Amino acid sequence: MKRTVPLIITALGGFVLIVAYFLPSTLTWGENAAVWFDVLAAIAFILGGGNLLKIHLKKTSDKVSGWGYSVIVLVAFIVTLTAGLLKIGVNPNEQFPNYPFSGVYDQVGSVFWWCYEYGFKPLTASMFAMLAFYVASAAFRAFRAKNFEAMLLLGTAFIILLGRTFTGVLMTDFIPDDSFFAGLKFENLTVYIMQVFNTAGNRAIMIGIALGVASTSLKVLLGVDRSYLGSGED
Amino acid sequence: MYEFLKNLDRRWIFLMMLLAVAIPILLELKFPEKPTGLAQAVFDEIDKLPEGAPVLLAFDFDPASEGELGPMATAFTFHCATKKLKMYYMTLWPVGPRMIEDCIAKVIKPDFPDMKYGEDWVNLGYKSGYEGVIKVIVTDLKQLYTTDHFGAAIDSIPMMQNIQSVQDFDLVINCSAGYAGTKEWVQYASTPFPEQIRIVAGCTGVQSPLLYPYIPNQLPGLLGAIKGAAEYEKLVMDKYVRAFDREPDPKYLEGIRRMGPQLVAHLLMIFFIIVGNWVYFTGKKREAQS
Repeated sequence: MKRTVPLIITALGGFVLIVAYFLPSTLTWGENAAVWFDVLAAIAFILGGGNLLKIHLKKTSDKVSGWGYSVIVLVAFIVTLTAGLLKIGVNPNEQFPNYPFSGVYDQVGSVFWWCYEYGFKPLTASMFAMLAFYVASAAFRAFRAKNFEAMLLLGTAFIILLGRTFTGVLMTDFIPDDSFFAGLKFENLTVYIMQVFNTAGNRAIMIGIALGVASTSLKVLLGVDRSYLGSGED
Repeated sequence: MYEFLKNLDRRWIFLMMLLAVAIPILLELKFPEKPTGLAQAVFDEIDKLPEGAPVLLAFDFDPASEGELGPMATAFTFHCATKKLKMYYMTLWPVGPRMIEDCIAKVIKPDFPDMKYGEDWVNLGYKSGYEGVIKVIVTDLKQLYTTDHFGAAIDSIPMMQNIQSVQDFDLVINCSAGYAGTKEWVQYASTPFPEQIRIVAGCTGVQSPLLYPYIPNQLPGLLGAIKGAAEYEKLVMDKYVRAFDREPDPKYLEGIRRMGPQLVAHLLMIFFIIVGNWVYFTGKKREAQS
């Protein structure tokens, strides 16, 4: 029962979506299935939050290596959640001044907004910005012209790196725009590489992935592949 | 020199990258931009719309990718507001509503004070479900969006009266930092409804190679990373600001400003690759000799 019901729901949902795509008269069935999916996705946030609490509370209580980070995660999670749910520091909506909860949770000046503006925003931006340093280090230590394929990759990287800035334009500015050799200008070479070589390679990969997704989906819908249900041991 | 470079502490590399990015920012280095065909296509798709045409602006990004996508989101809003299009904002990312509000606070409120919420622009906010949301709203928007971001009933908003689904928009403009984003919009919106839904997009640098296969049929125009944003800014500012002998506000030239550090950082990367390879081949040569 524990495995049969999810199998039936999966198969039903999947086939309804397939049928709805091909038969216009069943379009509303597909819409309803998609709405169920959206409701489930919203509920998944609650499950995700519960799971996060469970894992980090356990790490903290067991005092495993790095448990201090778990404490930070828990404090950040609880503070943000409380500030957002209780709308702390949120002024009522101008249209409904007598209803204290009518304001939006992320209103400028609210506690949630402060958490976002001075905590989340600089932290996530910093994480992303640090990539530049690691990529620079990798360029120095790992990007080697060891063989022909690596040389091709290096050559392409140089053209793209130059073509995506004004340096490339300057370096090949001596070639007239209307000449036979205009295609050799760095900015044009970049576009050519992206639109021809990159597109051809990516389309091949995408078609391969699509075929794989179709076959895997069929196996899931027909109940052949049940790995997504877990081991069932717990 | 070889021994020094071979054992170079990576903190020197970090320091050089820091300087490569910081110096152009401090000196405000700017370079001219030459728009490519894809940026021109995005500009043309928006520019050909008549006054009052409804456009859906889907801002699917977060602060991590604001560096790349923020300037194009600003330029999209400026372009649409200048053309007096009806702007409908939404997002599939949980932090997206703040990106939308930041953009509105930066562009519409100070520079287009005559525009009214609910009549000229509306923030529909965030909905969970990723591509599941797209699948529903392409046929019935009000089934999922019963209120706007601020909790007002959707039917009480004047500009929502004529909108039943995404098919009612003249154009979808997507700023995408990953999943869910442009790929999902193309797969679930413009592909099943090629006649009714047209999409142009701006995306991060790592995403753009993956979106080229959809050009030009499913995706007529694409702005790739900060370079695409800078090209688009130039097109918009040239036509709507400089053409009237005015200078654009610096907030509308963020893409062009951010291309300065990118140029120096790219040159530094090329330098690192060349030096790294010199160290590698010199080492191999010495090994062979010994």
